[in-house]
Amino acid sequence: MDSLRIICPNGHLGFAPLRVESFRLGVAARPGCIAADSGSDDVGPIPLGTDTSTSPLAWQTQDLEYMLAASRQLDVPMIIGSAGDTGANSRVDLYVQIIKELAAKHRLPRFKVGYFYSEVGKEDLRFRMRAGETVAGLEAHQALTEAELDATERIVAMAGVHPFIALLRQGADVIIGGRSSDSCVFAAPAIHHGFPENHAYYLGKVLECASFCAEPYGGKETVLGEITADGVEVTAMHPAQRCTVASVAGHAMYERSNPYFEHVAGGTLDMSECRYEQVAEKTTRITGAKFKPAAEFRVKLEGAGKIGERYVGMVGIRDPYTIAHVDEVMGWARQQVRERFGDTGYELHFTVYGRDGIMGELEPLRHRPGHELCILVQGVAPTAAMAEEVCMTGTRQMFYARLPDVKGSAGSVAFALDEVLRASPAYRWTVNHTLACADPLELFPVHMTTAGR
Amino acid sequence: MSVRRLSELAKTIRSKNAGVDLITFDVIFADRTHYERVKRAAVLTRESVAALYRIPLSRIADFVHFDPACAIKFTIYRTRPSGGPGDPDIFGAQQYAPLLDVEVSDDA
Repeated sequence: MDSLRIICPNGHLGFAPLRVESFRLGVAARPGCIAADSGSDDVGPIPLGTDTSTSPLAWQTQDLEYMLAASRQLDVPMIIGSAGDTGANSRVDLYVQIIKELAAKHRLPRFKVGYFYSEVGKEDLRFRMRAGETVAGLEAHQALTEAELDATERIVAMAGVHPFIALLRQGADVIIGGRSSDSCVFAAPAIHHGFPENHAYYLGKVLECASFCAEPYGGKETVLGEITADGVEVTAMHPAQRCTVASVAGHAMYERSNPYFEHVAGGTLDMSECRYEQVAEKTTRITGAKFKPAAEFRVKLEGAGKIGERYVGMVGIRDPYTIAHVDEVMGWARQQVRERFGDTGYELHFTVYGRDGIMGELEPLRHRPGHELCILVQGVAPTAAMAEEVCMTGTRQMFYARLPDVKGSAGSVAFALDEVLRASPAYRWTVNHTLACADPLELFPVHMTTAGR
Repeated sequence: MSVRRLSELAKTIRSKNAGVDLITFDVIFADRTHYERVKRAAVLTRESVAALYRIPLSRIADFVHFDPACAIKFTIYRTRPSGGPGDPDIFGAQQYAPLLDVEVSDDA
């Protein structure tokens, strides 16, 4: 095989639907593989903690249906990573089930569905920690403690190319992956077909967010990447989009702290010597990427822990004197919660829109609030009843805030809703760590089943 | 000597999570001369962005001039991971606004 072409129709399958026109053009280019990542930690810790998806089932099913129909028609592999936003085991099972139902619906001839899980059991991790293994913190996280492990609800490990390659070797026609590095979803088939790791991981890096590597800006459009022994070419499929030197190089920066390095299980992609060249109107060629294998095989872990049940409330303020003293208004309400519930055992958050609601302490203009404010109140506590009362007290007591010189003595805030609303439970990212593994597959058991007639 | 704002010179100014502990900022120029001018003027440095966001230098995780894309990129640590209660911007997508009005003098 001199080259392999892969199309990516969606940078986060399910989060918003793929766009059909460019996908059809991508399929018409007869790629050797159709692949997409379906997860992200951007959606916050709640889906992983509650074992749900943030994406609607209808959108997940629709994109899987387009991809499955095309991959079976072309008889080329379809690969999905990080199933159902989190890549948890239940999400992998859900996607495998959707594939089976779609196969039945379209009366497809029998094909092989490979899948792998990514969840790491808390007791497995505790056993490793007690055996002396350090679960090292990434970025701002310290090394994992048993107390943080106890506070964690669910943990997934981030797969590299290894389980995907294992399933391709077993002849999988469709692969549904647990949590995985985006780029590895695309690098795996390229490595499986013998292309150099240097270019394979770059191919993955450039394809992972679909049309985010093209211009003008427009998400969810299909792009096509082609790998050879010498480099990678990426082409926008949408008639009005192009992959340019600027758009492709610019994408290397997207949602990563450093534009030159991408860390995955097993090594690091070094893009510092990349050369970009416009080889056709819609196509940019990239050479010079290098994959540097890691000295130690470490796998990233993600885990979410529950803080409590949550209610939200909302108030508005128009009086300029009250706006100038809004900290005292919130302080009064907080004091009433404190007198009822004490200092600890719950959380009460105020977000002050119109002053620093979006940027908090980073806001340079927080001393210049607008002429009206909205305060979002969040009460978090172990039980729903307590969370409701914390939130209700924190919201309603602002109405009774005692400001010495206020003219309006009939109520310090405006209510659009004289109630507080149940929100999703509050979770936090407890685990953002790495774990050493002797075998690249030990955290990622692979399985094979069939679908179709 | 006239002064132009960064929003007049850059094509893209954005912020976004880079994992759960970091927010990364990209300032991308369509025109290499604008990029070189902003680089020369040194209006975006570790020190200047720390001052703009009123955070200690230790919260700047990375600062890079990315020549292939005509871009200046820096990354800051969050004080708490994204998506917990009270985090008002779980994607980190609206933290770039103060960069728009950074002034660049014409003689740089």
